[in-house]
Amino acid sequence: MAAPSTGLPPNPAQATPAPLPTGRGIELVLLAFAAVLVTGALALVEANQKQELTTQLLFVGAAFLAIFTAAHFAVRRFAPYADPLILPCVALLNGLGLVMIHRLDLANADKAAVRGADPAVELIGRQIIWTTVGLALFIGVLALVKDHRTLARYGYTAGFAGIILLALPGLLPSAISEVNGAKLWIRVGPVGIQPGEFAKILLIVFFAAFLVQKRELFTTAGRRFLGMELPRARDLAPLLVAWGLSVGVLVLERDLGTSLLFFGIVLVLLYVATERISWMVIGLTFFIGGCVIAYQLFSHVRVRVQGWIDPFADFERTGFQIGQALFGLGTGGVGGTGLGAGRPDLVPFAESDFMLSSLGEELGLIGLAAVLIVYLVLITRGLRSALAVRDSFGKLLATGFAFTLALQVFIVIGGASKLIPLTGLTLPFLSYGGSSLVANYALVAMLLRVSNAARAPLPRRPVAQVPIAEAGTELVERPK
Amino acid sequence: MNTPVRRVAIAVMAMILLLLANLTYVQVVKASDYRNDPRNKRVLLAEYARKRGQISAAGQMLAASTETGGRLRYQRNYPDGPVFAPVTGYYSVNHGATGIERAADEILNGSDDRLFGRRLSDLITGRDPSGGNVVLTIDPDMQKAAYDQLSSRNYTGAVVALRPQTGEILAMASTPSYDPNPLATHSAAEENEAFAQVNAEEPSVLTNRAISEIYPPGSTFKLIDVAAALSSGKYTPDSQLTAIANLKLANGRTDLENYNGNSCGTSATASLRDALQRSCNTAFAQLAAELGEQAIRDQAAAFGIGTTDLSIPMNVATSTIGDIEDTTALQQSSIGQRDVALTPLQNAMIVAAIANGGTVMKPYLIKSIQSQELETVETTNPDRVGRAIDAGVARTMTELMVNNENSYRGAGKLSDVQIAAKTGTAEHGANPKATPPHVWYVAFAPADNPQIAVAVVVESGGDRSDLAATGGAVAAPIGRAVIAAGLGKADR
Repeated sequence: MAAPSTGLPPNPAQATPAPLPTGRGIELVLLAFAAVLVTGALALVEANQKQELTTQLLFVGAAFLAIFTAAHFAVRRFAPYADPLILPCVALLNGLGLVMIHRLDLANADKAAVRGADPAVELIGRQIIWTTVGLALFIGVLALVKDHRTLARYGYTAGFAGIILLALPGLLPSAISEVNGAKLWIRVGPVGIQPGEFAKILLIVFFAAFLVQKRELFTTAGRRFLGMELPRARDLAPLLVAWGLSVGVLVLERDLGTSLLFFGIVLVLLYVATERISWMVIGLTFFIGGCVIAYQLFSHVRVRVQGWIDPFADFERTGFQIGQALFGLGTGGVGGTGLGAGRPDLVPFAESDFMLSSLGEELGLIGLAAVLIVYLVLITRGLRSALAVRDSFGKLLATGFAFTLALQVFIVIGGASKLIPLTGLTLPFLSYGGSSLVANYALVAMLLRVSNAARAPLPRRPVAQVPIAEAGTELVERPK
Repeated sequence: MNTPVRRVAIAVMAMILLLLANLTYVQVVKASDYRNDPRNKRVLLAEYARKRGQISAAGQMLAASTETGGRLRYQRNYPDGPVFAPVTGYYSVNHGATGIERAADEILNGSDDRLFGRRLSDLITGRDPSGGNVVLTIDPDMQKAAYDQLSSRNYTGAVVALRPQTGEILAMASTPSYDPNPLATHSAAEENEAFAQVNAEEPSVLTNRAISEIYPPGSTFKLIDVAAALSSGKYTPDSQLTAIANLKLANGRTDLENYNGNSCGTSATASLRDALQRSCNTAFAQLAAELGEQAIRDQAAAFGIGTTDLSIPMNVATSTIGDIEDTTALQQSSIGQRDVALTPLQNAMIVAAIANGGTVMKPYLIKSIQSQELETVETTNPDRVGRAIDAGVARTMTELMVNNENSYRGAGKLSDVQIAAKTGTAEHGANPKATPPHVWYVAFAPADNPQIAVAVVVESGGDRSDLAATGGAVAAPIGRAVIAAGLGKADR
């Protein structure tokens, strides 16, 4: 029994030789539950679209469960104490996304048949391949990165690689990099990737490492102003670099979403590292300045803002996408039309940028609220790991990853539902898009790695043996 | 570092709440606006998912839906499309609908409240919901006769036939017409092509001339003058009017001459009866000046001219007699020129009222609506608008119009049926003396027991592109053929 005289709380881990509950069992049960939900969703789509159900659906559901069970065993092996809710949340979102993409494939095939055109390429096959690739990367990251702290050593390498990946499409000729006006791609033959999605992760690693290293620098007090401690002017440099990068992305790649996402993450990491609200105020000032300048300079920004203020003023051009998305959401209403019973294919980019309106039309407000809550659970579990992990680098890393998901969800859902101007980003795990999916699996693997460190029992440090003579007396049970 | 992380977590929750609040606004508060926005095609697509009701008349199918097995489950078909197109209209995927397809859409798609019980039972029994059927007042034989008469000679024009006692529309033809079938195709490319073709047609084929166009009525308007004169009590059919060939109008500058510059008979004066029979412009200009603007205006309004909200249930263009600034304008208006312009339907309503003893009935197309099992849910009751003239005046006018018809020449005269009629030949266009006139024939029959009232207009003289086209020569044979088609069946 622990000595009360030391004032330490009794440590059950030391007291009982039994291991800490890992939560792996819960994870497996929840994964099975996600598989049931996804199979049910698929059954609804098939029932509504093809008017028949086959036992094949059960095999699809089983296959889905199988690949996630593989991921589960990888977690069991490489990160046994990782948070048990994160992977099931991801599986559910990914599965729902796959069902919806399949559903839109059916609609597009029908449309092509009505037009008498060749059936469009089915997206579901590719997305399943990307899911598998993503889960392979997930397992790979868990296996390779045994301890997230080792990443801190590669901070500058990650930062350098991240900037190159981020800037690459902007510098490449449009023929390779431009899709629908945004230069975000590297396309070689039929395969295209968006390096920005991977750059996001690398840059978070870099910023976390950089901020932990130079933390004292940023906390050095400057002048006080309006009750805030302002940082010294020269310490603003990293923020300025981030701001410059964001603007660079906006100019070179014509992508509002990535630009906004990137700047937001840097700002939050700075705030968490320094615990100073003044960074947020300065950052937001920069942000507003950037917005004003972007609005003045770039026509594509103005188009987006006009489409946001009143999509129906110029419905056929600037307001078409957002207008169609709102029609879909409105038609869905509270309860939705039911999976497979609506017309989400009327919205352009229904499987990627406007996955929200596809879900909102068929699942209704209730379904969207459920999806948002799954995201919220995923994000808060990430932030919880940040709170619980013991090292600063881990805290920053987990906060960065969790907040990236949060900000991306906010930008995409807010954009598609006319809360904020529309930007071209995908809903993590739900939308069609290989790069986003694979990169986010790497991100979740990192989150699990950090959460494993947070929840694992402290490695038994060799306790300095106290000479027996100085040891406190122990209460001995009185023999009966 | 934990405090800021907690704050970030709170911020994340606030962001999610903000998203939920906004989604609630979009999906609950604004939902019905978005759902019912005409640019939201989901409504139309949902309509194709259930069987649309049929449009029929006298047991004949005018429009019906058949199952395709495609994405849009039901395809709309129009047997005998061009004949009935002005009545049925079209029902297209991307270009909306017209005619009864549009006006009775709620019945046809099943959302009309009168079909509520039906809908409820569909819901409970799990039967595929379907729309109600619309039965029209149209007499298919008369409609075909009217269409054939107009189209076989490539006339641009319209025919409207009414049942005088009820206002039922027995025929409503407009030519050139179009086939609604290609417009209702489910292939977007074919649909666009069909619409491009139809829209390029000259003269316009989508215009329903019977209710959407207004034409100067010419001499047919003299029936209004006669009605006003007889109703005033100061005139009888034997009252003498000027027979001068060329009248100087009230302003002292403008001349008005009779057709071909003839005098109205051989004497210095002509009776009202003869003046109407010979359609002498000078006599009616003088008569109108004596009656005054208000009498003419009131009489026109009593027959329904100027009614702005008439729907049958398609909206009908407003007929007008114009502003009539002074007596000169009144004199020109009295012979159905200047700013006077009537729809063919309005002109048919005028003769129908005379045939109906002076009572104007509201014209209508929908006889009854039926459930999907063809049970009648509701039958339209004839709607009396008002009295235009006394029964006595109506009798006198019938007598005058019989006198007219018996003096007219032209083809297709019916030997066994007494028709009461009036022709019209209206100048129009920027250079009226050099443009072939619009020709009219308004009539009802049998004169002693009117069953059918008809108005025929043929634009710009029909096939006689010369200036000598007249209502009697061009329009009258069409009107007589339509009457024959209607009565021939009634006899059998």
